[in-house]
Order: sequence, then C-alpha cells, then structure tokens
Amino acid sequence: MADNVKVWQDRRKIAQMITTVENALPGHEEILQDIYKKTGQAYIIGITGPPGAGKSSLTDALSRVYIDMGKRVGVIAIDPTSPFSGGSILGDRIRMNELSTHPQMFIRSMGTRGQLGGLSAATHSAVMVLDACGADILFIETVGVGQSEVEIVKLADTVLMVMVPGLGDDIQTMKAGIMEIGDVFAINKSDLPGADRTKIELEAMLSFLPPKEWRPPVRMVSATEKEGLKELVEAIDEHRTFQEKNKRLEERRKRNVQEALLAILRDKMVARVTSDDRYKRLLEEMVKKEIDPYEAARQLMQK
Amino acid sequence: MERPIRVLVAKPGLDGHDRGAKVIARALRDAGMEVIYTGLRQTPEQIVAAAVQEDVEVVAVSILSGAHATLLPRIKSLLKEEGADDMLFVAGGVIPDEDIVFLKENGVAAVFTPGTPTTEAVSFIKENVKK
Ligand SMILES: Nc1nc2c(ncn2[C@@H]2O[C@H](COP(=O)(O)OP(=O)(O)OP(=O)(O)O)[C@@H](O)[C@H]2O)c(=O)[nH]1
Ligand SMILES: [Mg+2]
Repeated sequence: MADNVKVWQDRRKIAQMITTVENALPGHEEILQDIYKKTGQAYIIGITGPPGAGKSSLTDALSRVYIDMGKRVGVIAIDPTSPFSGGSILGDRIRMNELSTHPQMFIRSMGTRGQLGGLSAATHSAVMVLDACGADILFIETVGVGQSEVEIVKLADTVLMVMVPGLGDDIQTMKAGIMEIGDVFAINKSDLPGADRTKIELEAMLSFLPPKEWRPPVRMVSATEKEGLKELVEAIDEHRTFQEKNKRLEERRKRNVQEALLAILRDKMVARVTSDDRYKRLLEEMVKKEIDPYEAARQLMQK
Repeated sequence: MERPIRVLVAKPGLDGHDRGAKVIARALRDAGMEVIYTGLRQTPEQIVAAAVQEDVEVVAVSILSGAHATLLPRIKSLLKEEGADDMLFVAGGVIPDEDIVFLKENGVAAVFTPGTPTTEAVSFIKENVKK
C-alpha cells in the first residue's frame, strides 16, 4: 500500500509509461507484462454521451466526490483526431483544471488518431497503467457518436450515459446500440428548463429496451451547480454492488480480457503475415485472379 | 503511423480572452500535432502539472498580461523541479524586445510576438522538439 502511494505520486514516470504503451513504443510489452498482475484494483467508469453534454464537467464534479471519499482518481479523456491533418485539439482538461494539481488526481488526454481498432487497445493499455499505479476509480470519457466509442466504453465496469434536457427527438433517433450500453443515465444541465420532460421521455424509451436484470436508473444532475452528484455516485455504486453480487463484474471483465487478448493476437498475426515474403506475391496473384483470398490466407497461415 | 508531436497550450495570467492561444492551437493541430488545450487563467503550477501528466514534448504559453517576467521563469523552474525541463518551452504574446532577451536567458526557447506568422512557430517547434 505504502509502495502504491509512492508509485502514484511519481507523475512523470506514470505519464511516460502511458506514452510508451499508448504508442506501442519499444519497451511497451515489458511494461504491460510487468504491471499486469497489479491491475484489476480500479473500478472503471465509462462516460459517454453527445458532444457538449457536459461529460468533462461531470467527470470533474464526480472526481471531487470520490476524492473527498479519499479515493485516487484517474481520468482518460478521449477526443477525435482530425482525419485531414492527423492533428487534434484535446480540450477536456479545460473543465478539470483545478484538479490538475491535486495529489489524488491524474488526468490524461488521448486523440483517436484514426487507428482502426488500435484505439481501444491504446486506451486499455493506458487504463492498465493507471490501475496498476494505484488508481481506485478510473474514468474514461469519450464522445458517444460511433462504433469505436462503443468499443471503448466496453472497457468500463459501469457505463454512464450523459444526456441533456431538450434532446427530445434525438433520444429517439440515437443509435440503438449506443443507448443499450448505458448502465446508469445522467440528465446533466438539470438546472436548465426541460429536464423533467427529458427524464420522462428517457425512461419511456428505456422501457422499450429488451428487459434485463438491471434496470438503468436515470438521475438528474448539474455538473456546474454541483447538484445531484451524491445521488449519481450512489446509482453508480448500486450498479457496482449489483454486479459484484451476482458475478456480473467477473463476467464483464472476462469479456474485456478476452477482447484484449484477441486484439493482441490480431496485431501479432497481421504483423507476422504481412512481413512474410509470400504476402506480396500472393497479393499480386490475387490481383491477377490466379488465386482467391481464402486460399491466399490459408497459405499464409501455414508456417 | 508516425506519432504526433504533443503540445500543451495554456494561457496563464488573469486577463480575460484566449484568442491568441486558440489561433496557435489550431495552427499546431493543422500542422498535425496533438494539442492539449487547457484554456484561460492557468497558474504555473497547473500548467506544469498538466504538462507532466500529459507527457508533452512542448509547452506553449500565450501571455498578454504583462506578467510574463515573473510567470514564465516560474513555469520554467517548476518544470525543472519536476525533472521535465527537457520539454521545449515557447511563449507568444505582446512582449517588449528587451524582455525577450531576459526570457531567453531564463529558459524560454522562443518568443513569438503578434504578427509573427503561425507557420514560424510551427517550424520552430518541428525543428527543435526533442523526440
Ligand atoms: N447550465 C449548465 N451547463 C453545463 C453543465 N455542465 C456543463 N455545462 C456547460 O456545457 C458546456 C460543455 O461542457 P463540457 O463538460 O465541455 O462537455 P463535454 O460533453 O465534455 O464536451 P465534449 O467533450 O466537447 O463533447 C460547457 O460550457 C459547460 O460549462 C450544467 O450542469 N449546467
Ligand atoms: Mg469533454
């Protein structure tokens, strides 16, 4: 434990480890091998929802609640990378500046960088570093707009879906797959008019989802007015307790571990196969229709 | 894919707008960099804590308040304390010529005054960043 505190305080070392694993730089496998056994301590909360819903503000506000409970809190905030320049402006920290210097807090921003599938691997690696270095609670913030975000929030133990008043029709048209991943719903900006109605609409919509043992609760909050936060944390805790009691958490984590292993396998097999001399030749043959892709794959899989 | 240069863009001091910081943030993004934008009214401690946690290669601050003579050396010395003074430290803003000399002696690698094209800052960073 004392050891853990020391590790957690070494900001620079943690940050550099994240850089190494995020970018798969030389040494990343050793780091992940080294820390793997120490992971699994942190409780991971995915925060997602439409752009501007107040995800970062809410992450900041919830972090303060956990910090007051004596917890160490890690945040990984993900923003999209521009497909044109490959650059990005990661702006989630703007809402968390005050906590930047707090000894119980560690915040890291990540760009999506358009790595196909690679993002969830990179995020997972960063999560493992913060987990092994002593975080009790870990937030992953992503904009909930597409499939890749859905993949990332699957890393979470609890997915918190952030809505805002006046989404109305948007709620109904939101991609079904995205609504279904929410374990707890927050209607943020409840200080603004229309929150009650949104709550009713949202609850109606949720009642149409296939029935599950866990009924996602809907809580009204205001990140900026600091209202409803304790109730929201309680709802998250209830979901945690529910999952711990009936082994759901174990199953969920098993699924995540499996995803992680499959991602590594995919990477390694693709790397091995594409560096094989036969790869280019088989591609040529495929272009000339001398061979079909299944046969080419079969040959490449042979040692 | 090559890893993008990571830059922290911050605006220390108490004055109220961050137009300059946003302009430089966009220029760096358009040049393919990953910009961590922290917004207005940052203390030197917050800037350095963010730079360390984000493990950036460059710290770029925009400053208008006239407090540059104290704030910038303070940021530099905090970076040193954190063992992070290998980060390239640059500043932009309305800074009189005579102060630029002083700032450069105190660890600021480059100072970009208003009117300097953003492309100049971009190429300075690309040439001087330690990777
Ligand atoms: N009135 C009100 N405004 C809020 C509340 N929470 C956040 N905001 C404002 O909403 C805007 C967006 O907040 P963010 O926290 O950046 O939202 P976000 O969902 O993280 O945004 P992206 O990461 O860009 O998708 C800011 O101007 C916040 O001040 C709230 O509870 N009430
Ligand atoms: Mg955000």
